[in-house]
Amino acid sequence: MFTNPYNIITLIAVILLAYLIIVPLIEMIKTTLTLAKSDLRRVKGGTAGEFTLYYWNRLLFSDVSRNLFWVPLRNSLIIAFSTSALSITMGALIAWLMVRTDLPGKRFFSLAVIIPYMLPSWCKSMAWLSVFRNETIGGAAGFLSYLGIHSPDWLAYGPVAIIIVLSIHYYAYAYLLVSAALRSINSELEEMGEIVGAGKSLILRRITFPLVLPAILSSIILTFSKSMGTFGVPSFLGLKIGYYTISTSLYSTVQSQKGISFSISIVLILLASINIFINQKLIGSRKSYATIGGKGGRSTLLSLGKWKWPIVVILSAFLLVAVVLPLGILLYQTFMLQAGNYGLSNFTLHYWLGEADPNISDGLPGVFRSPQFWMFVKNTLLLVGLTSLIATVFGQMLGYINSRGRHLKSGKLVEQLVFIPYLIPSIAFGAMYLAMFATPTKVNILGLEITLIPSLYGTFTILVLVSIVKHLPFASRAGTSNMLQISTELEEAGQLAGANFVTRFARIVFPLAKNGFMSGLMLILISIMKELDLIMILMTPSQATLPYMAYTYSTSGFQQPASAVAIVMFAMVFFFYWIANKFFHADIAGGLGG
Amino acid sequence: MSRIVLSNINKFYGSNHVLKNVDLTIEDGEFMTLLGPSGCGKTTTLRVVAGLEKPQSGAITMDGRTVVNAEEQFFESPAKRGLNLVFQSYALWPHMTVFENVAFGLKVAKMSKAEIRERVESALTRMQIPQFAQRYPSELSGGQQQRVAIARAIAASPGLLLLDEPLSNLDAKLRIDMRSELKRLHQEMGTTVIYVTHDQVEALTLSTRIAIFFDGHIEQVASPMELYQNPATLRVAEFIGNPRINLIDGDASVENRRMTVTSAFGTHVFDQKQFTPAAPQSGSFACKLGFRPEQIRLYREDRPGAVKARVYSCMPAGSETLIQLSVGGHSFLGKQLGIRHYKTDEELYLTVQDDLLNVFASESGSLVKQAVTEAE
Repeated sequence: MFTNPYNIITLIAVILLAYLIIVPLIEMIKTTLTLAKSDLRRVKGGTAGEFTLYYWNRLLFSDVSRNLFWVPLRNSLIIAFSTSALSITMGALIAWLMVRTDLPGKRFFSLAVIIPYMLPSWCKSMAWLSVFRNETIGGAAGFLSYLGIHSPDWLAYGPVAIIIVLSIHYYAYAYLLVSAALRSINSELEEMGEIVGAGKSLILRRITFPLVLPAILSSIILTFSKSMGTFGVPSFLGLKIGYYTISTSLYSTVQSQKGISFSISIVLILLASINIFINQKLIGSRKSYATIGGKGGRSTLLSLGKWKWPIVVILSAFLLVAVVLPLGILLYQTFMLQAGNYGLSNFTLHYWLGEADPNISDGLPGVFRSPQFWMFVKNTLLLVGLTSLIATVFGQMLGYINSRGRHLKSGKLVEQLVFIPYLIPSIAFGAMYLAMFATPTKVNILGLEITLIPSLYGTFTILVLVSIVKHLPFASRAGTSNMLQISTELEEAGQLAGANFVTRFARIVFPLAKNGFMSGLMLILISIMKELDLIMILMTPSQATLPYMAYTYSTSGFQQPASAVAIVMFAMVFFFYWIANKFFHADIAGGLGG
Repeated sequence: MSRIVLSNINKFYGSNHVLKNVDLTIEDGEFMTLLGPSGCGKTTTLRVVAGLEKPQSGAITMDGRTVVNAEEQFFESPAKRGLNLVFQSYALWPHMTVFENVAFGLKVAKMSKAEIRERVESALTRMQIPQFAQRYPSELSGGQQQRVAIARAIAASPGLLLLDEPLSNLDAKLRIDMRSELKRLHQEMGTTVIYVTHDQVEALTLSTRIAIFFDGHIEQVASPMELYQNPATLRVAEFIGNPRINLIDGDASVENRRMTVTSAFGTHVFDQKQFTPAAPQSGSFACKLGFRPEQIRLYREDRPGAVKARVYSCMPAGSETLIQLSVGGHSFLGKQLGIRHYKTDEELYLTVQDDLLNVFASESGSLVKQAVTEAE
């Protein structure tokens, strides 16, 4: 059994995955049920380390649970529902326009509608604040205030702002999924309806819509769980006015009340799992929507007629608001000496190139002059480079197991283990790693002290580790599809020629898998580069990355430096997308995991 | 029941001229097959008849009623042409059960519930799949899906049934079963059928007549056996028949109402009665002698009129034996019924029946001497 390399790899993979996914989850659950030393005075007669329901009680049934849990839960649900409804409507509509109609300028639009998705959602909330910020929370006022228009609180902060910003981000899911579904519909299915005499609207209602319904459902579920767990946007747009969601409540309790915070994480994970479960139930029914039968695929486009140009104008306006405006505002802001003053006299390059000046932003130098900035750039590149490389290599290995062991129990086990991080919202995932690696766990075996779990909090290693594991589902999916393309016969031919496993992998499998490998790597790299939610909880200032830097600048009121950092980060993201697309033919839609 | 007349149909996709002056009359109750290699315009013709494509010029009438008149930009909607279609992909709606698939068109036509049920059940029974009524298409095999698609098409008793390569996604055995099923269905229902295929065996076995398409125009319309025995051109000759027709270069001259053909097979003289209208009245020209592999007789001993041939290889296959032969450097195939054994390089003597020979003019490719057709 141990001579077969497949078994060895599988065994190693299962052990590693269990250690990195199952153990942290158990650790976290254990923490919520164990009385911490710091809470001894709150629980009468308690001893540290004993079993307790104190945290769960406090979270769910105490006098603070309303503010700590129920209100944030309600807020999260409102945000998740509204965001799903709004972004699916937008996404599905745009998808339909792009795939089934004779919309002019499709080549341009097909790229342009994806760009909002490349821009991290927290960047958009920074841009939102730059426009709508008013005097309520202090600091420099936004663009509207400069123009003399007072933006009301309900628009500037809180649910409405959060929902709009999230929708502008997440409609991309619905767009990508629905357009793929529409594209896969054989138009003969609709022509058949025409032949039996069904009118255009009947065909749309009874044939086309039911066929894309699964894609719509998936995107609802995906958007719902994403907006349920998202941290960046609600923290930018909600925290300052005390509008909490589940994830921001989790974040604000994590430092002082770990037990409570981890309990919230578990609730968040449960909600996400229920969501996925419903999804599976709804879609995994008898109606398989895989295209039936043989080839087909003529597609007749619907003429928009006189609606053609109005639609182009509306779509362009939407893209202007979703893409050009946020980027433009962020960029423009970096050239303003005084935040909130949009006049030309206020123009400066200080925030890019200036020396430190104690009168401006507490003496922060321009980003390109700041040693701190370059350190963060280095950190970011190091983190994304290391993480994406390891995750991709591991993902390809897992892909190898999945593709070669589809029918085996071991293959399925690995597939399911890998899927778990996908269920867990980023911020809760970070919390899980905090629970596991905060203090070392040692065991004594025969007098030897062995460190089972080292204390990694505050190290670079934990950031790398958490990013790798969180991105494994995508990496392994990419690996599987990549490996499925390489027929086992090619490998067997090598085996007959006498090549051993290592030689086969290095000389046959890897060269063939190279392209898929690189495109998967680039997409993971980009996704980690934008990542804020995942590493937020684990971050310490010395290991900070660009998103974290932008976040801290922004929350400390240094808008221009924050914007400058965000712009640099976006430039890097876009650059990597370009490379991925140009040289490795990566499919941007493939990066849905991030 | 429909008689369909296509006149002068032209269809362009951009600058791509896919149908060139297509004229075709399909008689009531006929099983007309549009046959040709892929990309020859046969599916486009079907889609034009169905109303899914609009030709740039030409007209179509059904039972005397105009359904397409391109000059006047008149195109009757597909639903009002009284036809139904079976797509190559079957185009079964995956979100509806078999029953719902078949019933959909009837519901659209606002039939009563009872009538819908009766018609669906009768269509499913006719296709021998009533037990699958409540299944979804994805739960059926390819052959069963095929039956559902046909059931859906015949449920409303259309006067014209269009079939677009319906058997091409089935495996070999099922294809033969469905072939006989379709032939029987056509005879029982008496519906006019237009059938598109690139498979000549399907075309030959099913049709009452076949229209052969090349590059967007019709090369020949004829009954299957006529097509087999007297292909109008070299292209048709080479397309029809498996194994392929043998073509041997020769020289022909026409004099005194007789055609003399000289080739490696000796000299043949044909009477004017066997000439086609394309045959010249006099003069000499290069020609190709065409004969089918099964028209050869092989003997071990010499006899009058026989030609000496050498065996290249011999391939017995049980019911028949194929023999690759050569005569005077010309290589060709022979076919004998039953099991035969010939040694490689063995010398044999062969005869070909003069009556069955085809002669084509090499330059134009047209048939100039036809076979005396056997009774059908």
